[in-house]
Formats: sequence, C-alpha cells, structure tokens
Amino acid sequence: MVRRYLRLLTVQLKASGLQALQYRADFFTDGFTSLCWVFTALAPLFVVYGSRPEVEGWSFGEALLVVGWFTLLQGILEGAINPSLTGVVEHIRKGTLDFVLLKPADAQFLVSTQRFLPWRAFNVLTGLGLFLYAFMLLGRGPSPLGLLTSVLLLGTSTLLLYSLWILTVSAAFFVVRVDNLTYLFTSIFDFARWPSSVFKGVAKGALTLVFTYVIPLALMTTFPAEAMLGRLPAQSLVGAVVGSAVFAWVARRVWIRSIGHYTSASS
Amino acid sequence: MNARGLLRALPTMLRVSFAESVAYRAEMFVWVLSTTMPLVNMVLWMAVAKSAPVGNFGQADFVGYFLATFAVRQLTSAWAAWLINWEVKQGTLAMRLLRPISPLWGYASDNVAGFPMRVVVALPVVLLSIALVGADKAVPQHAWQWALFILAVLGGWAITFLANVAIGALSLFLDSSQKMMEVWMVLFFVCSGYMYPVEFLPEGLRTVIDWLPFRYQMGLPVELMTNAHDLPTALGLLARQWAWVLGMGALAVGLWKQGVKRFAAFGG
Repeated sequence: MVRRYLRLLTVQLKASGLQALQYRADFFTDGFTSLCWVFTALAPLFVVYGSRPEVEGWSFGEALLVVGWFTLLQGILEGAINPSLTGVVEHIRKGTLDFVLLKPADAQFLVSTQRFLPWRAFNVLTGLGLFLYAFMLLGRGPSPLGLLTSVLLLGTSTLLLYSLWILTVSAAFFVVRVDNLTYLFTSIFDFARWPSSVFKGVAKGALTLVFTYVIPLALMTTFPAEAMLGRLPAQSLVGAVVGSAVFAWVARRVWIRSIGHYTSASS
Repeated sequence: MNARGLLRALPTMLRVSFAESVAYRAEMFVWVLSTTMPLVNMVLWMAVAKSAPVGNFGQADFVGYFLATFAVRQLTSAWAAWLINWEVKQGTLAMRLLRPISPLWGYASDNVAGFPMRVVVALPVVLLSIALVGADKAVPQHAWQWALFILAVLGGWAITFLANVAIGALSLFLDSSQKMMEVWMVLFFVCSGYMYPVEFLPEGLRTVIDWLPFRYQMGLPVELMTNAHDLPTALGLLARQWAWVLGMGALAVGLWKQGVKRFAAFGG
C-alpha cells in the first residue's frame, strides 16, 4: 500500500520535474521575482528597526528568522502546494474531477501531487539565506537541539499549511468561482510575516488567539523561529505537533464530506 | 473614432461593465478581503508605537493611516496589465480590436465601473476609522482638503491604470510581461507608502521617491486623507502627481500603439 503510493509519488514528481526542465529559464526569472518579493518582507523591518532596537521582545536578527521561515514556507506553498490545488479548483469547475475520482487511488493524494513547480521553490533557498544572515547578526549559531526541533516544526508547519489549503479548496465544491480564493489564502498567510507577539496589543489579544488556534499562523513561523533560538517552551512544541495532527485529521474529514457534494459538470 | 462617437459609446460601456461588476460581486468581495497588507502592517506598527510614538505617529495615527491605505487601495486599484496579458496570450484581444473604439477605453470602463461597488466596501472602513481614531485623523476636515483628496485619488488611480496599460502593452513585445508587473508591484509596495509612511524613510531615499511615480499612487492620497500636509505642500505634490499622470499616459498610449501593430491573434 505505502509502496504503491510512494511509486505514484515518484511518477508524479518525475512528470513535474520533466516539465520544469522544459522551462529552465524560469529558474532565473522566478528566482529574481522571489528575491524581489523577499525585499517587500524585509523593507518594513528595516524601517521599523531603524527607529527601535527591539519590538515586543524581538530584536532585528530574531525577527529576521521569522521572515526567513515565512519565506521558506512560501516557497513550499508556491512550489508544492499551490500548483496542485489550483488544479483542483479548475477540475471542479470544468467537471474533469471525474477522471481523478475514477482512478484506483485516493483522490486527495492524486490531486495533491498532480503538479509541482520546482523553480517556484526558489524561496526555500532565500529562506535558508535569511537564516544564515540572521545568525550572523545574532553572532551565534542555533543549538543542535533547537535545530532538530525546528526541523520537526518544519514538518508540522507544512502539514498545517497543506491542511488549511485542503479546507480552502473544499470550499470550491460549494462555491464554484473561487479562483481568487488562492489569493485570499496567500494574503491571509501574510500575517505570518511578523513574530506573533506583535498581535498581542490588538483587540485585547483576540488576534493572538485567532492566529494561534483558529488559523494557526503563529505555529507556522513564530514557533520554528523560537525553536531555533532555543526558547520555545516544551508544551508549545507538543501543542504544535498534536495541533497540526488534529488539523490534518479535520481537513481530511472535511475533504471527504465535501467531495460527496461534487456534482460533475454537464456532458 | 471621433470624440463624439466616444461620448456616445462610453455610457453604454460603463453600464455593461457595471452590470458585470455587480454580477461578480462575490469575486470582488474576495479580492477586497485579500487586501490584508495594510492590516498586516498596521498591527506591526501598532506594536512598535505601543510604548512611545514613532516620529509624528502614535498608535492612533497608525490606525488612521493604514485604514486610509486600505480604503485608497480599494479606490485606486487596477488590474489591466493581467487582463491584457491574458487576452494577448489567448488571442481574445482580437475581439476588442474589432470594435470601433480603442480597447483602452474598454479596459478603463471595466475598471471605473467597479468604483461604486468599491466605494461600498471602502466606506465602512472609513467609518470604522473615524470611530476608532476620531474624524480629524481619519478624513479631510475642510472642503478644500476634500477636493484635493478626491483629485489625488483620481490621479493615483490614473497612474496605476496607465502603468498597468504600459506594462500590459509590453506583453505584445515580450510574449508575457507578468514578471515585469510583479517587479513593478514590489517597487510599489516598497516605495509607495503602502507598508509604512514614506516619511520614515531616510532623507536621501525620500528624495528619490519624490521623483518616482509610486508615492503618488498611494502615499499622497492617504496623506491628504489623514491631513498630513498644508495647502502649499499638497498643491506641490499634486502637481507632481499629475505630471506623472501625463507622462505615464503618453508612455502607455505610445507603447500600446506600437504594440498593437505586432499583435497576431493566436488560434482560430
């Protein structure tokens, strides 16, 4: 069973890889635009830390780690998650999801792996670059344990991001015109740019609650950054792991229910 | 197409575009919701200004500034570059070219007709801003300030739209100019006052930005909305803004005219 899905994954990856090789020049154009966008994430930080040495307990180097995680996850989002799931919306609208459902493998697996855009993942490299720069500014490296935890959190963050995406896409079964839901999703993800403690002051902390428990953005970027700095409390780590597992389970349930609402397009 | 024909056609075009914008109101609503950037930056700056004000800006000023940014963004946004890219790629631009009126008017009317719907969205945000920080920080106080603000919004929209057309027209030379549009957007984000008031930038950078179009797309209307300038400064900035409108207009029309000659409809 597992082996069969691994083989399917390899096939899908190979197809996307071959396609990407056809457009090698995209590596440079996508890389360039990626660097440009990173600049928009950095510019406000430069301006902010021009007037303050510290914001809500985060120095410039530390906040840079959060931006690094933001950029890295954006790379994963745009390279591995977005392309496939935009395809699902297209399938639902055109009615071609039939062909996916007919195949003898799990539909969620098939649609989630149908397309990867390796060049878009350039952001992952940029994120790693930001980590290096941040630790140079901080004048120390991450502790081995911190590094290990952050790698674990990278897994949970990706799982969370993916589950949120599945939830968003499930909406496409109910409202058909949702091409721009992808934009909505990306722009909500923008809130993960800053350390989550900056939200403390807004609406008596209600926003912090929302971004920790409802749309768990804090878990995705702030937690891993704190883990790298070696100051993530153990219960937060456990919370992140359990929370993301629960989230993934809920997303799976919702997907299965929504797919029941799928009505193929006419003809 | 003479001016009289244009005047006769425009009301109908606007009516059609308006009907379209009403039909796709849910989609527009999602677009509005995805304008989170001002809010993302608002919370950051509020956290920064919690203990002490930054420059002239206290927490309330930031709320006023960024809610104004949100409203102005609704009123000045344009998306013609993506549309032109799409239509050039699909070849559907041919349909527009068949009409006895320049497609640019069509794009403009698509854009303008969305205005009423966007005002409907922007208005509650402005009211919220007034409720949160008081009228003097949220909206213009005098008639002349209102007049200049409206002029600045119009100018801001015009620069945005014409830049969209200019970059969109480049797709006729380059197959696709979407990446270029992304670069433009990045510059817009960084230079326009969208993410932070431009007065926080260092002196040297600010002089550069005063000469670039971006600030006049977003920063100027927002500053006029929050009463940041006295009359002479405001007039000076408005003059620069409208100089950019003219410059960008000439560029857009020039590029478009040259580009359309190269257009070859793909497909059937």
